[in-house]
Amino acid sequence: MNRSEILASIIKSQMKPAEFFPTFSPGDTLDIHYKIIEGEKERTQIFQGVLLSDTGAGVHRMLRIRRIIANEGVERTFPAHNPRLVKIEVVRRGDSRRAKLFYLRERFGKSRRLRDQRRGLKHVAGQTATGRESGG
Amino acid sequence: MAQAIIGRKIGMTRFFLEGGKNIPVTVIQAGPCIVTQIKTIATDGYAAVQLGFEDVKPRNSTMAVIGHDIKAGTAPKRIHKELRCKDDAEAGVFTVGATVDASILAGVGYVDVVGISKGKGFQGVMKKFGFKGLTATHGTERKHRSPGSIGSHGTDRGHGAKIKKGKRMAGQMGDDQVTARSLDVVKIDAENNVILVKGAVPGATNGILVIRAATRLYKRKAKKLVKA
Repeated sequence: MNRSEILASIIKSQMKPAEFFPTFSPGDTLDIHYKIIEGEKERTQIFQGVLLSDTGAGVHRMLRIRRIIANEGVERTFPAHNPRLVKIEVVRRGDSRRAKLFYLRERFGKSRRLRDQRRGLKHVAGQTATGRESGG
Repeated sequence: MAQAIIGRKIGMTRFFLEGGKNIPVTVIQAGPCIVTQIKTIATDGYAAVQLGFEDVKPRNSTMAVIGHDIKAGTAPKRIHKELRCKDDAEAGVFTVGATVDASILAGVGYVDVVGISKGKGFQGVMKKFGFKGLTATHGTERKHRSPGSIGSHGTDRGHGAKIKKGKRMAGQMGDDQVTARSLDVVKIDAENNVILVKGAVPGATNGILVIRAATRLYKRKAKKLVKA
């Protein structure tokens, strides 16, 4: 192995397989299943919120999730390749025109929500571009 | 020198420990090295082991180096470094021509990494030594980043009113030998001769490093070892 291959192999050993990540983009509401240690025990906690930004390449990838807990905005940044992050689920597709959705922090009420994304869904496997699902 | 090796900095990345803790690591190609010479107190006045690292094409080397490395029974090496030993006995553990690879650091918790820092060129005292400079206002003109006075009153007597030796002034910064002490060893891959060390090490990517078992630990780390 030459030197760049060594570095690449170490980075790869730290990364999750591509299949781990469902297709999602900023604006989507995600369920992040995250293992936490409570005293002796280990359990999985779900953090559900809107994906504000998805930055960093390779092993440095970070997912910034915002949710509202008791009327208070809470943001968490998850290292996407951390072994404690065990599962990501897409709950809802949000229609967003930009990659960083920090403007949502200043929004309240209805305007805080993004429109359900139902157009141009070719990239989402298993979803069709027709019809609106209820809720969202 | 019982536990030391020559290496090359490959780069930095992120590493997840068991339990998900996320730390920055430097990846170092450590060895394989060949022992090219052993110096003894009797013949050289001090004890040391000389290691050769990385093959070089003979035409890019010199006859002196080629001849020296042939004595150790190896192809010419690009880098040679001498690592001092306490006495002949410590140096005698090694034999000329033997291979030293990353497994020499097996079981070592903390290492010192010696390298040549990145050159910063000619720099002023503010960047080089963290001087505060002069005030931005109150009539200061054209010398906001100057060091101020460099001596007076016979320069504290005894210096013949000359500037003290070692007075910190502007000049070349970086491109110096720097030792990063007691860095945590994260992982040793003896098969590929790769060592992962927590945090940064001196110098640019592809720079030559010497990695040795830490000679002295910071108090906090020493305490941790005692506990473990």
